[in-house]
Amino acid sequence: MIIYVLEELHEDKLKDLEKKAEQARELVIKTLLEAGSGHSAGPLGMADIFTAFYFHILKHDPKNPEWEDRDRLILSNGHICPIRYVSMAQAGYLPIEELQTLRKINSRLQGHPHRTALPGLETTSGPLGEGIGQAIGIALAAKLDKKDYYTYVITGDGELDEGNIWESVMFAGKNKINNLIMIIDRNNIQIDGFTEDVMPLEPLQTKFEAFGWHVLESDGHNIKQFVDAINQAHAIFEKPTVIIAHTIPGYGVDFMEKDFHWHGKPPNKEEAKKALDELRTLKGQIESEHK
Amino acid sequence: MLNPNLKLNEKLFDADVETAPTRAGFGTGLLELGEINPNVVALSADLTESTQAHKFAEKFPERFFQSGIGEQNMATIAAGLAESGKIAFISSYATFSPGKNWETLRTTAVYNEANVKIAGHHSGIMTGPDGATHQATEDIAITRCWPKMHVYVPCDAIEARKATIASIHINTPVYLRYTRDKTPLITTENTPFKVGKLQTFWVNENPKVTIFATGYMLYYALLAAKELEEEKLQVNVVNVATIKPLDEEGILEATRISQADVTVEDHQVEGGMGSAIAELLAKTTPLPIEFIGLQNTFAESGTPTELIEKYGMDTKAIKQAVKRVIRRK
Repeated sequence: MIIYVLEELHEDKLKDLEKKAEQARELVIKTLLEAGSGHSAGPLGMADIFTAFYFHILKHDPKNPEWEDRDRLILSNGHICPIRYVSMAQAGYLPIEELQTLRKINSRLQGHPHRTALPGLETTSGPLGEGIGQAIGIALAAKLDKKDYYTYVITGDGELDEGNIWESVMFAGKNKINNLIMIIDRNNIQIDGFTEDVMPLEPLQTKFEAFGWHVLESDGHNIKQFVDAINQAHAIFEKPTVIIAHTIPGYGVDFMEKDFHWHGKPPNKEEAKKALDELRTLKGQIESEHK
Repeated sequence: MLNPNLKLNEKLFDADVETAPTRAGFGTGLLELGEINPNVVALSADLTESTQAHKFAEKFPERFFQSGIGEQNMATIAAGLAESGKIAFISSYATFSPGKNWETLRTTAVYNEANVKIAGHHSGIMTGPDGATHQATEDIAITRCWPKMHVYVPCDAIEARKATIASIHINTPVYLRYTRDKTPLITTENTPFKVGKLQTFWVNENPKVTIFATGYMLYYALLAAKELEEEKLQVNVVNVATIKPLDEEGILEATRISQADVTVEDHQVEGGMGSAIAELLAKTTPLPIEFIGLQNTFAESGTPTELIEKYGMDTKAIKQAVKRVIRRK
C-alpha cells in the first residue's frame, strides 16, 4: 500500500483554510435560515474539519465526482449535511446559490443526504450507525480493485450509542482495514443532553484500542493539528485509525461563544438546555429539530 | 394435468419424488455467478454453511466477507461494496436479514439504490423444530412494500438456482426467499424461468378455481389439484415465483377463466403474496378469494408436515378453501 503524505500545509495555505472555514460557517447559518429547519450545532462544529477535507486532505475532482481514484469521504451522521453541502459548494460540486434549496421540495439537497440526489455524497445516511459499515465496504472494494484511495468516515459521538457501529468497529479491527480512517465529532452533546449523562462513552480511546484500532486525538478546530493527525493515520499500516476530534458545538457563533462555555466548568442543566435550545433554533429563527 | 409445455417433473406425484432444499439452489447459483462475474461478492453473518454460501466462500475467499453475528453490519458493508461497483449478496436467516436489519437495508440498499441481493433463508414455518423465532413468516410483507423492490420466491431447488442467477439482471436490490428442508422437485432444468412472469403448472379447460401458490407450497397446491380432479373438480394451479413486480396481466388472465381464487403461501396471510393479488383484484376485477397461510398467528416447533397440517396449510386445507370459494361465487 502506498502511503501518501499530504502536501505540506504552509502558513498562507493554513490562513486560507481558516478563512474558508469562517465563510463556511456563515454559509451554514444563511442556508439554515433560508431552509427554516435543520441541524446547526454539528455543522458549525465541523466546519474546520470539512474545510480541511475539501481543500487539503481529499484527493478529489469536483468536476468529476465519479473519478474512480478519488478519496471517499463518508458522512455517517447525515444530519450535519448542511456543512457538507456548504463545503461541496465552496469546492465547486454545486453552485453556491443552490444552497438555498436545502430541505425544499425537488431539491438535490435533501434534509438527510441521499446518494443518488447529488453526485459526490457517496452514501445515503440519516439513521445513525450505518456509515462505518458502508465505509468498510468501500475500503474493501479498494483492496479488491487494488486501488490506493483512502476512505474516511465521519461519525458523531452520540451516534456511538448504536450497536451496529460496534459491529462495524469489530469487523474493521479484525480485518485490519488500514485504508479506513474514522473521525469522531466529539462534541459531547446529543439530543437529550450531554453524552456522558445520556449514555457515557468514556473511556472512548480504550474502547477503540480494545477493538484493534489505532487511536489519535485532535483539536477539531485546529486545522494544522487535524491535518497532522491525518498524516499520522496514513502511516499506520496494521490497523484502521480513529481520530477523536474534539469540537465545540456551535463553534464560531457569537452568541454561543459568549454565553456558554463547553470546556472547563460545565454549565448546569438549566443553562445547558437553554443554550442548546438557542443554538438549535438559532435563537428562535428556525424550527428546532426533534422537539 | 401438469402443463406439458413447461417440462415439469413427471415423477412429481411419486412417493419417492426427488427432493432438495431450495437453499441448495442458492448455493450453486451463487457459485456460478462468482465464476461468470468477477464483481459478485458475498457476505454471511455466521451462517455460511447453513445458507450454502460456503461453496462461493471456498472458491473465492477474497470475495467473501464474514461479518460474524452482525446482520446490520453485513448489510451496510454490502451497501458499501455495491456503491463501489460490486454485486453484493448477503445471506442469513430471513428473520435476521431482512428482519433485524430491515431499516439498515431500507436506507443503505433500497433507498440508496445499491446493488445488494438479500438471500433470506429458513423462511416459513417449514423451518420446523427451531420454532417461531427462526421461522420467517412476515418477510414477504416487509420487503414487497419497498419501492421498486424485486421479490423472488422459487418453488424448488432448480428454480432457486435460476432465480439466484436472474437476480443480477437488475442493478437494484432483490429479495430472494429460500427454505431449509428438502422439498419435491417440481420443475426440471428444461422448465423456462422468467422474472416477473407467472406460469400455470396445472392446466384444465374449465377450472372452477385458480390456485396461486408460491414457494414449496406449490407442491401441496398441485397435490390438491390432482386430488380434486379425481373428485371431478377442475382447478388451475399457478406458480407465483415473482411476487414483485407482480405479473398483473398474468394474474388477470389466470383469474378470468375461473373467477375465483385461492392463494397459498408459507407466510402470514396478511401482507404476503395473497395480499398482493387481492390488491390487484380489488383495483380491477374484485372476486371471491380465499387465503391459505398463517392466519394471524405464529407457529411453533414441530416437523414441517405436522406444522403445515396444524396451521391449516396442507392439501386438505387447500381443498377446503377451493370448495369454500366456489360457494362464494
